[in-house]
Amino acid sequence: MDLKEKLISSFLAFENTVNMEHPVHDVRTEAIKVFETKGFPNKKEEAWKYTSLNSLQKIDFSLFPNWENTLEYKDVRKYFLHEIDSYKIVFVDGVYSSYLSETTHDGVDVCLMSSAMNKSEYQPVIDVYFNQVASKDEPLTALNTAFTREGAYIRIPRNKVAKKPIEILHFSTGNEAALMVQPRNLIIAEENAELQVIERHQSLTSNEVFTNCVTEIFADKNAIVDYYKVQNDVATASLIDNTYISQKNGSSVNVHTFSFGGKLTRNNLNFYQNGERINSTLKGVTILGEKQHVDHHTLVYHKQPNCESHQDYKGIFGENSIGVFNGKIIVDKIAQKTDAFQQNNNILISDKATINSKPQLEIFADDVKCSHGCTIGQLDEEALFYLQSRGIPKREAQALLMYAFANNVLESVRIPELKARINKLIAMKLGVNLGFNL
Amino acid sequence: MLKIKNLHASVDGKEILRGINLEINAGEVHAIMGPNGSGKSTLAAAIAGKEEFEITEGEIYLGGENLEDNSPEERAHKGIFLSFQYPVEIPGVSVTNFIKTAINESRKGRGQEDMPANQMLKLIREKAELLDIDRKFLSRSLNEGFSGGEKKRNEIFQMAMLEPKLAILDETDSGLDIDALRIVANGVNKLRSKDRAIMVITHYQRLLEYIIPDFVHVIHNGKIVKSGTKELALELEEKGYDWLKNEAVV
Repeated sequence: MDLKEKLISSFLAFENTVNMEHPVHDVRTEAIKVFETKGFPNKKEEAWKYTSLNSLQKIDFSLFPNWENTLEYKDVRKYFLHEIDSYKIVFVDGVYSSYLSETTHDGVDVCLMSSAMNKSEYQPVIDVYFNQVASKDEPLTALNTAFTREGAYIRIPRNKVAKKPIEILHFSTGNEAALMVQPRNLIIAEENAELQVIERHQSLTSNEVFTNCVTEIFADKNAIVDYYKVQNDVATASLIDNTYISQKNGSSVNVHTFSFGGKLTRNNLNFYQNGERINSTLKGVTILGEKQHVDHHTLVYHKQPNCESHQDYKGIFGENSIGVFNGKIIVDKIAQKTDAFQQNNNILISDKATINSKPQLEIFADDVKCSHGCTIGQLDEEALFYLQSRGIPKREAQALLMYAFANNVLESVRIPELKARINKLIAMKLGVNLGFNL
Repeated sequence: MLKIKNLHASVDGKEILRGINLEINAGEVHAIMGPNGSGKSTLAAAIAGKEEFEITEGEIYLGGENLEDNSPEERAHKGIFLSFQYPVEIPGVSVTNFIKTAINESRKGRGQEDMPANQMLKLIREKAELLDIDRKFLSRSLNEGFSGGEKKRNEIFQMAMLEPKLAILDETDSGLDIDALRIVANGVNKLRSKDRAIMVITHYQRLLEYIIPDFVHVIHNGKIVKSGTKELALELEEKGYDWLKNEAVV
């Protein structure tokens, strides 16, 4: 049985574990039909030309996690931003770990999707937001929707600011031979609300893990959302990360994606600007080696006038790694005075590494400023010689240049401890000790 | 200190240096002059070990040691410093952090321990003072957004910090106005010492009014065609390079 058949036949068993009376279940039932009709995307589709899911579909994934897997905090402390105080929503093999988490209902809601769906007081919110911005016909999103049960639920009410960053962590322990998990996150920042989120998927096993995640983010008027995705997983972990963002007047949503590991990672990052004076920022640093594969597919849909979007993705590819960047910008006819910027710069440090970079601009308004640029190159020999002539060995010199190359993406990280952590990860990934604290 | 014997170097199969002989003793300042494309900068880069240049014949010795198999960083560890005509910008790495890295990597290369932090700070303060360099300047990203003069001053600051045996200044005067030139030249003069050899590469005599050389050599077509004392520079200023080109043909 291939994975698609297995998923569809498991849906009946899955239904018995959730509340079928809840309105969300109608959404699930619709969604499984979409997945059944469309199945997994394949390389014949333009959006999946460079990323194949074939090998994943051959693995016999367990779809129902063991409910008893536990972890000790000391074993996973390093994956948290432990230098500072934070809210934590932690899952182990797809199951909520109250032991590792630190949630709150004190003025803001930082809790669970399952409790939001089960408690009647949250019903109105779920009705208004759930599955409203996520795609209803994209098969992987539909698959996640069909199996919606657990994930993070965050709601910051009007004029409130989340006092601490919120960490969403998904651990896989590998008590199953191969595990597929489908977290579903819902994040709502009401008018003038502010929050910072750090999301991480981490496998603690050498068994195969396949995560198909969907996150919906709603930023109401003048809300500010900073979202950081840290992807530094092991070589047997694959992630399809679908993020859908709906923004209203004057809101600002900034998503940083740091991709340093994993077997196969596909980031579908979609921004919908449903208002004016909106700011959307998409930034990424990708540093890959071995046979790692990371595919960034971004969409910024400018639907209203006077909005901005700013995309800046930097990639460094070594060994046999493969990178994909596909940046789509749509500017509606009425979205005059749009200012859309897109930049994708890549360095190949191995003859066997690959990068496929494609800007895709569809502009229907006539008074807009849209620019895009893409570069693919090697390290500058003259710059390398400059550093070597100062006594810095070639390897360190290369690392320093790569660090400098990626640096302007880090500048906009607004949590200093996270910025320091990312700096260290970059140095580690480049395999050198830079000899000073960046 | 530096001894170059019959040096031939090519890039992409094209011979640029065609038999350079040169000896610079500790304590001396030598000026290398010559028209554009004569091979001045190639000579500087070849001494510093730029891999792009293939040494087809001849040798370079530093303190009696043949540098043939040494990488650029190894040459730096042995005390060669090259000040670049176009220093590279490194966003996100401050002047201070860069020089710390350079110093400690050089020490590591020589089998020494890292310089203790307090000693490093003291040295930075001392050298910055010597060269009239502002504190704020030290925390800026290396060469990023620096003016021409700032870039060159930063090069001289690095030279002061690294305390080389042989300093090569490649077109340090290019793109500088007279005030900036004076500041940079003053810096170099402060670093003149009996233990240090300095090679000043320049197209114009102007810089040599401020950094007075002990010897002047003129390169043309990859060869030293004339050597003399500082008066030679003045003669060149007056007559240009053409009379030497003719002489070389003869």
